[in-house]
Amino acid sequence: MTEPQEASRDVVKLTPEEEAARKKRNVWIALGLFAFMVLVFFVTLAKMKAGVLDRPL
Amino acid sequence: MTDISADHARTATAGDYFALLKPRVMSLVVFTALVGYVCAPGAGDPTLGFAAILALAVGAGASGALNMWYDADIDARMARTASRPVPSGRVAPQEALGLGVALSVLSVLTMILAANLLAAALLAFTIFFYAVVYTMWLKRSTPQNIVIGGLAGALPPAIAWAAKTGSLTLDPILLVAIIFMWTPPHFWALALTQSRDYANAGVPMLPVTHGAKTTRAQILIYALLLAPLAYAPVLTGLGGPLYAGVALIGGAAMVVLAIMVARSKAGDAAEGGDIYNARAENKPALRLFVVSIAYLFALFAALLVERVAGLHP
Repeated sequence: MTEPQEASRDVVKLTPEEEAARKKRNVWIALGLFAFMVLVFFVTLAKMKAGVLDRPL
Repeated sequence: MTDISADHARTATAGDYFALLKPRVMSLVVFTALVGYVCAPGAGDPTLGFAAILALAVGAGASGALNMWYDADIDARMARTASRPVPSGRVAPQEALGLGVALSVLSVLTMILAANLLAAALLAFTIFFYAVVYTMWLKRSTPQNIVIGGLAGALPPAIAWAAKTGSLTLDPILLVAIIFMWTPPHFWALALTQSRDYANAGVPMLPVTHGAKTTRAQILIYALLLAPLAYAPVLTGLGGPLYAGVALIGGAAMVVLAIMVARSKAGDAAEGGDIYNARAENKPALRLFVVSIAYLFALFAALLVERVAGLHP
């Protein structure tokens, strides 16, 4: 029986402060992506309002 | 290029990454772009205008991050910039590079989506000009670095104008020319009070390469060129009476302060460190630096107020 592979790897152990900082950074990245999604949505609406889809089908 | 290898980033905050985007420069970009957008003819869609100016702000931030990545070695040797995220070790250089490249692409693509190809091409050119032409080439090689490089900081009102109208006319080019001509006296006034730091960092700013006296003379020449140029929008009809008043009073103030700098000994004793604790002989340069910011702000604010308050068509 061999040891689990994880045991032989160099695993970086984060301190509680580092983990908290990473969590906060991830929250900001999520907020940024969501904001970008909202922006693209409203830009698309504005473009459609300008008549992008106003053509014979 | 930087060889800084910091024990970094595991406790970096979102604020550290935001600082890479040079928020103070971004705020100037947003303001001048907003004025360019509002002054451009046509109604314009508020959502598309907001998206275009946001793309411009993010593009400016991206070029700031690329600048901080490349210039970390210089920044580390200057008191004014040593606490920036990369030289202080809070953010790894590679992360600044990655953020800069990613946001550059994102901002240009967003500009295509929200506005048009001309605005997007101008934005891409601006990012390239600041990050590559100015940061990687001019800054370390010529005392004309901030003169030529100033074009990157001057273009935002024209990009916003192009985003709204799809074209460029004399008026947005005048706005660009005003910021372009404003940059040397503004930046050299600061450089006079920081020449020791620039010399230590090996940056060939004009006071370092040609001395304080030449710099003071150049500041005066640019101020004398800037004052009438800033009045030119009145002649094309872009600026109304309020703008004319600001341009006349502000231009006169700039020239007077530039004369005071020219007659002073500002920069004769190389100095660095805290800019707002400058020695007495450097005070005229510091005053010009501060007033130049107020002057540019007042010029653009006058255009904005005239449009928003309906004082000028």
